[in-house]
Amino acid sequence: MASTKLGFPLKGIFKGMGITLVTLFKPTPTVNYPVVKERPTERARGVIALDTDACTSCMLCARECPDWCIYIEGHKEEIQPDKPGGRVKTRAKLDRFDIDFALCMYCGICVEVCPFDALFWTPEYEYSEHKISDLLHDKDKLTEWLATVPTPPALEAS
Amino acid sequence: MSTLDQSGTVHISDASISVELETPGMTLNIGPQHPSTHGVLRLVAQVDGERVSSLEPMIGYMHRGYEKLVEVRNYAQIITLINRIDWTAGYANEVPFVVAVERLTEIEAPDRAQYIRVILTEMTRISAHLLFLSSFPLELGASTPLMYAVRDREYVLELLESVTGGRFHPNFNRVGGVKPVAGGGSTTKKQSQDLPAGFIAATNAMVKRLRGTCVTFDGLVTGNEVFLARTKGVGIITPDHVHQYGISGPNARASGVGFDVRKHEAYLPYDKFDFAIPTETDGDCFSRYAVRLAEIRESLKIIEQAVNDLPGGPLRSKVPRILKVPAGEIYVRGENPKGEMGYYIVSEGGRIPYRVKIRTASYSNLAVLPELMNGALLPDLVAILGSLDFVLGDVDR
Amino acid sequence: MSFAVLLTVKVLAVLGLMLGGALVVIYAELKVGAHMQNRIGPYFAGGRFGWAQPFADALKFMQKEDLVPDGADDRVYKLAPYVVLMGTIGVFVVLPLSPRFVARDLDLGAFYALAISSLTTLGVLMAGWSSNNKYSLIGGLRAAAQLIAYELPLVLAVVAVAIQAGTLSISGIIEAQAAPAFSIGELNVALPYILTGQIIGFAIFVVASLAELSRIPFDMPIAESELTMGFVTEYSSIRFAMFFLAEYAGMVSMSALATAFYLGGYQLPGLSATAVEVLGPVIFISKVFLLSFLFIWLRWTLPRFREDQLQSLAWRWLIPAALLNIAITATFKVVF
Repeated sequence: MASTKLGFPLKGIFKGMGITLVTLFKPTPTVNYPVVKERPTERARGVIALDTDACTSCMLCARECPDWCIYIEGHKEEIQPDKPGGRVKTRAKLDRFDIDFALCMYCGICVEVCPFDALFWTPEYEYSEHKISDLLHDKDKLTEWLATVPTPPALEAS
Repeated sequence: MSTLDQSGTVHISDASISVELETPGMTLNIGPQHPSTHGVLRLVAQVDGERVSSLEPMIGYMHRGYEKLVEVRNYAQIITLINRIDWTAGYANEVPFVVAVERLTEIEAPDRAQYIRVILTEMTRISAHLLFLSSFPLELGASTPLMYAVRDREYVLELLESVTGGRFHPNFNRVGGVKPVAGGGSTTKKQSQDLPAGFIAATNAMVKRLRGTCVTFDGLVTGNEVFLARTKGVGIITPDHVHQYGISGPNARASGVGFDVRKHEAYLPYDKFDFAIPTETDGDCFSRYAVRLAEIRESLKIIEQAVNDLPGGPLRSKVPRILKVPAGEIYVRGENPKGEMGYYIVSEGGRIPYRVKIRTASYSNLAVLPELMNGALLPDLVAILGSLDFVLGDVDR
Repeated sequence: MSFAVLLTVKVLAVLGLMLGGALVVIYAELKVGAHMQNRIGPYFAGGRFGWAQPFADALKFMQKEDLVPDGADDRVYKLAPYVVLMGTIGVFVVLPLSPRFVARDLDLGAFYALAISSLTTLGVLMAGWSSNNKYSLIGGLRAAAQLIAYELPLVLAVVAVAIQAGTLSISGIIEAQAAPAFSIGELNVALPYILTGQIIGFAIFVVASLAELSRIPFDMPIAESELTMGFVTEYSSIRFAMFFLAEYAGMVSMSALATAFYLGGYQLPGLSATAVEVLGPVIFISKVFLLSFLFIWLRWTLPRFREDQLQSLAWRWLIPAALLNIAITATFKVVF
């Protein structure tokens, strides 16, 4: 049976009841979600934004992704020189850049390895879908997220 | 038994009433879907009324083949995968692996990175233990501690998120330090991943707040007579069990085996901090609870010390862009919230390990379960399950 | 008034009292429990405070499919919730809200109330047995063992009250608590039994009724972390709602009985008889809700006992204490 060596019997139970009673009159920390929205920290890994201008379709992100959820297709485009006799430049043109967020593990390796800063994390989190296939964000959708990329937070002095 | 007399009737007086009725045992399948098996654990229990006469845990429902998966991924990718082994302590899973790779490649992480690793590991430990403090009383029927613990865990997770960007799966360790840059190009918007401004102040506030949480738990749970009646003397793990089954972590320390990897192996600079290894001697459910509550307090101490004399300097040593680990093998273990977690890495040189053996704490801790069942009642089974504090991802991998 | 009209009015009053009381207590459980856990609880249903949550829950339950598990004892399975609910409703018949506001004032009211409320045990056992589910079976058997064990201290506690009051009629017991306990000059002060010698009896009654209602810390028959949901595991739809309703209506009825036996029922010390006529129901109901709050408060604070601890608490502590209480009460009754 319960050992009540602390003098007053059932002291622990009364103490617990005191705690719950005090909490009853305390304000709750609940955030009333759909009405009030919580803002995650700037570094929060919510969704990935793509800067198509910076992307050279080098495929590094697609290769380094641990579960290979990035699909990239591209082709080379020739840019005719402005002046006759100039050199013909080639430029990578991105045809397809899809990230399957149903498969993504949100590890951030793609953002990290991108040598041209074309990928960014944004803390946006409201993009759930009824159909799992709709979680495949294409180039346009990923570009839309670019507007929500926050400025990096200031750093603690070291 | 009774005998028939000539008239063919049975006299009541003939019946031997001292014979106990034979009751056949009942096989009770607990799980894989059951509120108190923490996921998909299946327990095949032979019950005689309330009494559990034998018990067999069936594991493997959550097997994801980690050891095979990591054989086809490079070291950076593995770090993000092993976050998910024990998902209540994602950060703590990374550390031993990264340390192992660092030792193989002979790269030393800078001091600041080491300290950040300590801080985040201890935060992870607190959040994992708070999860235990929420689920264990819940299994005994008290639902209020759950809400208090989960509420206050949020303060820890917010800090983790503010540094790493992830609440559960930080993926913040890199070979040679911690993640230095995200958006890693050299062109624009370079996001440095040092601690964000205000982190130290916020951490000190969190430490203060969680000390209050520990006091609340002392009042609400620790002293509660019903809780004591349910946990004292239930499911006793003896030191012999600890050695036979390789139990580690708080479960071992609750049985008086004061082994802690943090003190015995310098996988992180724990020797620079002043903290105790809380041990209990009873080895029952209550001791396991008490050890974890005390560990939260000790972890808060470590965090306080580490944050307040954080060294400056770089976050990451010079590491080649394409990391090739020289041939060799190594075993490095770390103290996870659940116990000892170790990685045995065999490298043949190259970007991908040849073989990785993952030693997880929950697997060994769960294995002792049938031993604790002799004469336990069904409610005790639930108390013991809760007190062992395992995660099925950690058991099955 | 003809018999038929009177009967209809009384049946409606009893049902209304039960449903109204249960709905208020369900809402209180949701809201008080939530705030004790530092949550908000129901918020959107019905407007500002989520007051319509119990109704929304009831509506939701009605929309669900009424499942009968394969291999269940069909008729028993379907009958069980009715038996449970009937045992609970039966108590409301004898509850006097004021000296005149009572459906039927039986001479053996206290006896009847305790007897009919133990009908729920039968229903629970039926549900557990017929569900063809091992968890349900264990839950049902636990409930049977528990309710048998706690019926005894409950009844013994009431015996002491009956001795002190000298009657078994619930109205009689309440009226007996209006008798002056002591006088200060001209002023006669009447005190409820909890203050005049029945404090132990009250404690026993509250603990035993918690067990009767299978509420935490005595909720082993349901014990969701062990038996998933005990004897209600297989129930769905309106039948589940009936178990749910019976639990909370039972809470109201047990609180009401405790109010009548120990807290002076519709009496309030220092209130005249005419005032009691008018204010009686209000006083009675507030006392009932106060006790229900105590039940809710305990539930959101405590873990649950183990089955053997529950039995030893009943047989080794509560029953001897209740017997002692009877002996003391009887001695005082004879001596003074």
